[in-house]
Amino acid sequence: MAIKVIHHGVATSVQDMGRPGYFHLGIPMGGAMDRYAMRAANLLVGNDEGAAGLEAVFMGPKLEFTEDALVAVTGGDMPAKVDGEVVPGWTSFRIKAGQVLSFDFLKAGARIYIAVVGGIDVPVALGSRSTYPIGALGGYKGRALAPGDELPVGSGSFAMEGRSVAESLRRKLSSPAELRVLPGLYWDRLTDAAKENFFADTWKVAPEADRMGYRFKGGRKVEFVDRKQSFGAGSDPSNIVDSCYPYGSIQIPSGTEPIILHRDAVSGGGYFMVGTVISADMDLIAQMQPHTPTRFVEVNMEQALAARKDRAALLDRLRSSFN
Amino acid sequence: MTSARYTFGGDEHLFVECSEEMSLEAFFKSLSMATGVRESKINGVTEICPANASFQVKFNPDIIKPDDILREVQKIEGAAEKAEPVLRTRIVEIPVFYNDPWTHETLMRFRERHQEPEGTDLDYAAKINGYSDVEGFIAAHHGSPWFVSMVGFVAGLPFMYQMVERQRQIEVPKYLRPRTDTPRLTVGHGGCFGAIYSVRGAGGYQMFGITPMPIFDASQTTSYLREFMVFFRPGDIVKFKPIDREEYEKTVDEVDNGRFSPKSRDVSFDLREFQKDIDGYNKTLEGLLHGH
Repeated sequence: MAIKVIHHGVATSVQDMGRPGYFHLGIPMGGAMDRYAMRAANLLVGNDEGAAGLEAVFMGPKLEFTEDALVAVTGGDMPAKVDGEVVPGWTSFRIKAGQVLSFDFLKAGARIYIAVVGGIDVPVALGSRSTYPIGALGGYKGRALAPGDELPVGSGSFAMEGRSVAESLRRKLSSPAELRVLPGLYWDRLTDAAKENFFADTWKVAPEADRMGYRFKGGRKVEFVDRKQSFGAGSDPSNIVDSCYPYGSIQIPSGTEPIILHRDAVSGGGYFMVGTVISADMDLIAQMQPHTPTRFVEVNMEQALAARKDRAALLDRLRSSFN
Repeated sequence: MTSARYTFGGDEHLFVECSEEMSLEAFFKSLSMATGVRESKINGVTEICPANASFQVKFNPDIIKPDDILREVQKIEGAAEKAEPVLRTRIVEIPVFYNDPWTHETLMRFRERHQEPEGTDLDYAAKINGYSDVEGFIAAHHGSPWFVSMVGFVAGLPFMYQMVERQRQIEVPKYLRPRTDTPRLTVGHGGCFGAIYSVRGAGGYQMFGITPMPIFDASQTTSYLREFMVFFRPGDIVKFKPIDREEYEKTVDEVDNGRFSPKSRDVSFDLREFQKDIDGYNKTLEGLLHGH
């Protein structure tokens, strides 16, 4: 069983739950940016939650199937079509040998997840099938898909055909989008006014927003507390002695445009960070298009852990809805 | 040294800054603490990332509470401070073709992003570090060994700290705006750190030369990267060896044919001995590299 790539969309790549364990060497965990949507897609076709599927951004791919398959599409709102006929999202459907899966324009969100029963069966590299393009590692030949590629697919049963994820179990962005942030790291480098402005301002997702990081524009420039730069850091007040970057951490190079690091993050560098988007909200970032108005919402550790529990409970409800 | 600063990176990371400024003492404390955390096998710790003068612990808060991981790591700080600053490591010779045509082409292409567009990165670095010519600057760059004080940014990229007194250390600012392209295996410098770009891509460091020796290979076909795709580890000691175009081409050919292996020797590094006589200690290290 294989999938022939007729068109690759904008950037479609093989992703699973990622490859933790190599960040200390600069190799990020990678994996689906919206883990919740990827898990849901896999559950809909009866796969293991960690099976490899496809992540597409802004524009869907065009795929021809060589054999019958069970497929599900989740994440952003981008209607899927089988031989031109629209099929419902967040629902498993059968596709027959020779049929073509394509997509309409994106209506909401930014990324879709395509699961196929049996999973995309590319080789495992350092524990994962996720694509890390900078290192030419994992996925299909270490890169995003291109026309003519043939993706190997594992085998599985068709028992889950027609299953659907309830509306109440689909996570959506609010408007403006709200990302909860735990201040910390080099937060104290900011003046009190800058700290207030950071949370008060409405930011907008900039065009430079990808799997490595999401840049934001539109808020007030950050002012720094006066200090002498420490040896080895560099002369700009936003510089630090190169250190590790947590996933979700927010750096503001030169104090102008915040950048949130995501699944394919660089592991470290010389920019200060003001805090970190909490683990419960990392999936949401995946669904933010350029220009999405965004607020950063200050939380403490207790609230971050409570949000994490809520997300885990949602995932449990999703799983039990398939039993 | 003052005590470390602890802060959380969200609900999954503990960030420990041993010192705000870079020094070998801070590097040793950070590496020693990171090793201590690894060895104590704290339940719930998922990754440990050592950096130049800080490190990061990733943990699963469903398994260990943030306050508990904080306490566990703080306990390790005391022991790390008492630890002998001795490292069992290796010294590796890395051939460098300085002032090569490929980084030269790239730096010319991005000249408008540079502090001094009328000269090259080498001209600029030589001038602001007080060298009368580029040759003198290049001689200083390969004249002493370097410590790999962090591996990261992208796959297998080493940050290197020059093993000389602070006043002799090469310091250069990064490009005014980062480049969108850097040749793979460029030898660069930013702040007080040297680097070798493991893959082609964006970069802001000044570019001095290129090495023919791959340091990351996801396909693991390079003879000395078959066991693991990343060459460098924190604590490695690097000695650059200047080569000319002819030797560069020859080495590239040897790498391609699986006949190249980097010159490397296991050594023990003692920070206290090093600080007593830096030049003498470096000479001894180099002697070991060359087998005498």
